[in-house]
Amino acid sequence: MIDMTPNVTLAIVVGVLVGTGVYLLLERSLSRVIIGVTLISNGVNVLMLIAGGAAGGPPLIGSGPPEDMADPLPQAMVLTAIVINLGLTSFVLAMAYRSWQLHGHDEVQDDLEDRRIARRAERGAVDKRDDDVGTNLAIEAAEARDETEEVPLVTGHGPQLGAEDDDVTGRRS
Amino acid sequence: MLQLLALHLLAAVAAPAIMRRFGRKGFLPLALVPGSAAVWAVANTGAVLDGRGPTLDVSWIPALDMSLAFRLDVLSWLMVILVGGVGAIVLGYCAWYFASGAKFLGRFAGVFVAFAGAMLGLVTTDNTLVLYVFWELTTVFSYLLIGHYFDRKGARRAAMQAIIVTTLGGLAMLFGFLILGAAEGGSYVISELIANPPLDGSALVTAGIVMVLVGAISKSALVPFHFWLPGAMAAPTPVSAYLHAAAMVKAGVYLVARFAPGFAEVGLWQWMILLTGGATMILGGYRALRQHDLKLLLAFGTVSQLGFLILLVGQADRAIALAGLALIGAHAMFKATLFLTVGVIDAAAGTRDLRQLSGLAKHLPWATVPGVLATFSMVGLPPFAGYVGKEAALEALVHSDDPMTFALLVIVVIGSILTFAYGMRFLWGAFARKKGVEDTPVDKEAAGLYIAPNVLAFAGLVAGLFPVAGETLLAPYADTYPVGEPGHLTLWGGFGTPLLLTGVIIVGGVLLMLARRGVERVQEVVSVGPDADRTYRGTMRRLDSVSVAVTSITQRGSLPVYLALILLTTVVMIWTSVYAGGLRIGAVKPWDYPVQAGVAIVVAVAAFLTARARRRLKAVVLLGITGYGVVLLFALHGAPDLALTQALVETITLVVFILVLRRLPAYYSNRPLKASRWWRAILAIAVGLTVTFVALVIPNARVTDSIAELFPEEAYNYGYGRNIVNVTLVDIRAWDTMGEISVLLVAATGVASLVFLRARAGRVERIRDHDMDRGSVWASDAPGDDALVRQGRTIPVRSTRNRRWISAGVALAPHRRSVIFEVATRLIFHTMLVFAIYLLFAGHNSPGGGFVAGLVAGIALTVRYLAGGRYELGEAAPVLPGLLLGSGLFLSAGAGAVPLAFGGVVLQSVVIDIPLGYLGDVHLVTTLFFDIGVFLVVVGLMLDILRSLGAEVDRQGEAEGRAVPDVAHDSPRSTADDAQPLEDALTGGGAP
Repeated sequence: MIDMTPNVTLAIVVGVLVGTGVYLLLERSLSRVIIGVTLISNGVNVLMLIAGGAAGGPPLIGSGPPEDMADPLPQAMVLTAIVINLGLTSFVLAMAYRSWQLHGHDEVQDDLEDRRIARRAERGAVDKRDDDVGTNLAIEAAEARDETEEVPLVTGHGPQLGAEDDDVTGRRS
Repeated sequence: MLQLLALHLLAAVAAPAIMRRFGRKGFLPLALVPGSAAVWAVANTGAVLDGRGPTLDVSWIPALDMSLAFRLDVLSWLMVILVGGVGAIVLGYCAWYFASGAKFLGRFAGVFVAFAGAMLGLVTTDNTLVLYVFWELTTVFSYLLIGHYFDRKGARRAAMQAIIVTTLGGLAMLFGFLILGAAEGGSYVISELIANPPLDGSALVTAGIVMVLVGAISKSALVPFHFWLPGAMAAPTPVSAYLHAAAMVKAGVYLVARFAPGFAEVGLWQWMILLTGGATMILGGYRALRQHDLKLLLAFGTVSQLGFLILLVGQADRAIALAGLALIGAHAMFKATLFLTVGVIDAAAGTRDLRQLSGLAKHLPWATVPGVLATFSMVGLPPFAGYVGKEAALEALVHSDDPMTFALLVIVVIGSILTFAYGMRFLWGAFARKKGVEDTPVDKEAAGLYIAPNVLAFAGLVAGLFPVAGETLLAPYADTYPVGEPGHLTLWGGFGTPLLLTGVIIVGGVLLMLARRGVERVQEVVSVGPDADRTYRGTMRRLDSVSVAVTSITQRGSLPVYLALILLTTVVMIWTSVYAGGLRIGAVKPWDYPVQAGVAIVVAVAAFLTARARRRLKAVVLLGITGYGVVLLFALHGAPDLALTQALVETITLVVFILVLRRLPAYYSNRPLKASRWWRAILAIAVGLTVTFVALVIPNARVTDSIAELFPEEAYNYGYGRNIVNVTLVDIRAWDTMGEISVLLVAATGVASLVFLRARAGRVERIRDHDMDRGSVWASDAPGDDALVRQGRTIPVRSTRNRRWISAGVALAPHRRSVIFEVATRLIFHTMLVFAIYLLFAGHNSPGGGFVAGLVAGIALTVRYLAGGRYELGEAAPVLPGLLLGSGLFLSAGAGAVPLAFGGVVLQSVVIDIPLGYLGDVHLVTTLFFDIGVFLVVVGLMLDILRSLGAEVDRQGEAEGRAVPDVAHDSPRSTADDAQPLEDALTGGGAP
């Protein structure tokens, strides 16, 4: 049985790494964000070790009695996490590079579409629905004609496909 | 059964081609498809009456209790004939109805046939979930049909309304089915559900029944969902005919008729049927009385009739049910006829407004005949099918003394008076010669157009003339209803209350018809109750506002805000559960070894400085220090594999950072977030404290022994390895590793895709591709063209060959070359590779393994690249990274699958001993191949990183020109996300 008494030193290291990582994570510069992510990742890796209990011998059979070994399970998990963090770091750095190439900086910008919706909500302006127009069934019924005429009439009740397209483009404004 | 459905599907898919080939006459061959379903049902009549109708049960998704179960009983038989027969007739009608040049007929025909197919499946399936699938299919197809003229606002609106309302009901119905299926004694098989309804009086089952009814009510356009059906007349008239008569709305009636034998005695069921059905019957008739458009008049008439039908088939009584079934058939015939007749009038006269139509009886006799016949059937005049059904209903209703049945009778009589009145209004409006209106000029229509309405109208007459046949055919299903005497269908029931009531209905109807002006005026002035249509619109508008409001609150568009919210939630949740769960930190110890404290101090200080650094490179170096500190902590903890991996990764991370940072400005730019700095700091501290607390609590929170206690033995006995961590990776938890190397593959591909703007699949850039005259590698930021550089450039390539330490060094700008580095690289590169191979093979028993080996090989490649530039990288690894990544994943997955071939399980380890005589035995564990796959993936990742962030970034830098673009650090210029210039960004100007 592994000694499960928590190690204060490691716990503080975890707190510091995660805390500083969060501070950087909340930045807008991608290169700072990824540094923050790496710090958090390191902190969480240590946290996993803490969860596995006290330090011990290396989990190699034959190097010592199994009771003295450190818990191997969190180690296996952390090992892949480390390598994946390398992949993640490279990816975000590539993004930062690309962002710099395109915009001249490596910052995460606000989503303009979201901001536009927010402003619209403040104004209380909502898109008109198809439902709001032509609300009289009888009038609509008078206009609804099928394509039964061999030669569509010009002014009368021909179907005139495409004649009513105005609201498709007009809606957005 | 399945063949019929497949036939519909095939025909629907082929319809556009058929219509292109044959023009509008293509409707005729397509009409055969639904027609074949009706013929199939007719051919099975005898068997169905004996209760031996065809059945089919093909297992589909057993885990969900979904099976393709179909059966043809009497109710299904009736519905199939209606769906198929009316469908075929209406399709045939289309061949003459539409202009030959009408647009989108191919799509129309395809959707129509598919719609008929969905209805066919709906009325024959015996599985509630499959029924739901077909149910929603009819919703979707009806949406497409109603919105056929999609360029018209009205059609789009009507289609949208129909799909929203019916889908809402459909979802409720699905919930109902799930409840009834999962309830104690419930089932997903309809026949079982009806035979043994799970009626234990529990609220849950009652809720299930109500929800199923909500589905039926919404589909059949009953109050309060009645508004969508009149709107749906925006569809082409043949669609209306089919929709109103046999399909879509009839699905709701079918559902009620299907479930009534099992559930009609539930109190809530009876009340819902009575209230919604009754209100619908009267409201629809009342509204029909004021319509001027013939199609709208009929549409409101259908609403009324649907209420009537559901009132009848939703009762528990056998005689009432028989009348309801007869009326289902009668309604299909007369309502389809009426719509088709209106179509003829519309096509011939060019209008459907009854104020403009006059004298059509004379000019369109072959439209008048079916119109009159069908109207007589609708209002219940003998000897038509509608009369037979209505008489049977009255007969059954007067013979009961139940107050609810009496209420039903009153509703039916009032509704029938209204029906009579609007029926007469239709006849008068469509065909009569009106005072003060000139005879409407009519076009001559093709004779074929008159076939369909006449066939259906005379079918209604024939069915009415032989009521006994109807009784024989329908009674077997009516008899499955739980209570009452069996009813009868007859043309003459003798003198009695029903006959008297019929007289009342006729007289009342005629009076209402005569007073039509007054009725119209009253309706214009008095509005009854809330307008459902307006309520619907208001609801949709409010939904829109709410969604915009919610979106604006939750989607601020700012990444830091999102992250802060997530982190804040984490903190709050954790402390809440700590508070609620009374978690305490138990016994703690300061450290395992005192030296940990020393390392911890270094790590903590470096981390603080990293957060404060304003220079990118400084931050990265400090980050490296924390990383190496963590290496020490791993090593002290007893995790040599971790320490090794972390050390390698930390080194590589440092290199990768610097590869990218050399292209980025040295300092971070001005921060618009300065104001929020303290908030971020506070949140960071809160998260840090929380995590520390968690770290102190969780080790003591363990309640059972670690699963890892078993690992040493398992690893050795089943994984055949001594390094438990490695065995865990490649054997015990190999699936995880498989997922993780997939992630690496994705990340590597992502990096390459972001950086390589040209195709990267091409080939590896080797030294022979280098063109000396176009400049050297890394010549870009030369410290000035001093003599040394010029001298270096003049050294002929040939003369350098003999003293080349690395082959591509010549491509490097002279001032970038370092003899010491080149020599060292030459000496250690191969050694490192050999070491990597060793780690790969030894990893099973001592620290190492695929990950570590791959990283070592990656560092070896990095060294070559740094020493010799990008051509050197091509020389060192003349393979495309994609090849390594792909073959690596393939090898891992393949190695995992091999044991399957020998009867093992996926990823099982097998040990193979190969004796090599004097050399001893090779002890080969199959997981080695898995590990080699991991190795290849990691090397591929490294190569992709170096090629992208290294070589390609170099190339782009050289191509763009020498200098790093001037993005001033601490620039006074604002950046695009500086809150204010949103307007500018929107208008496209102003933003830098």
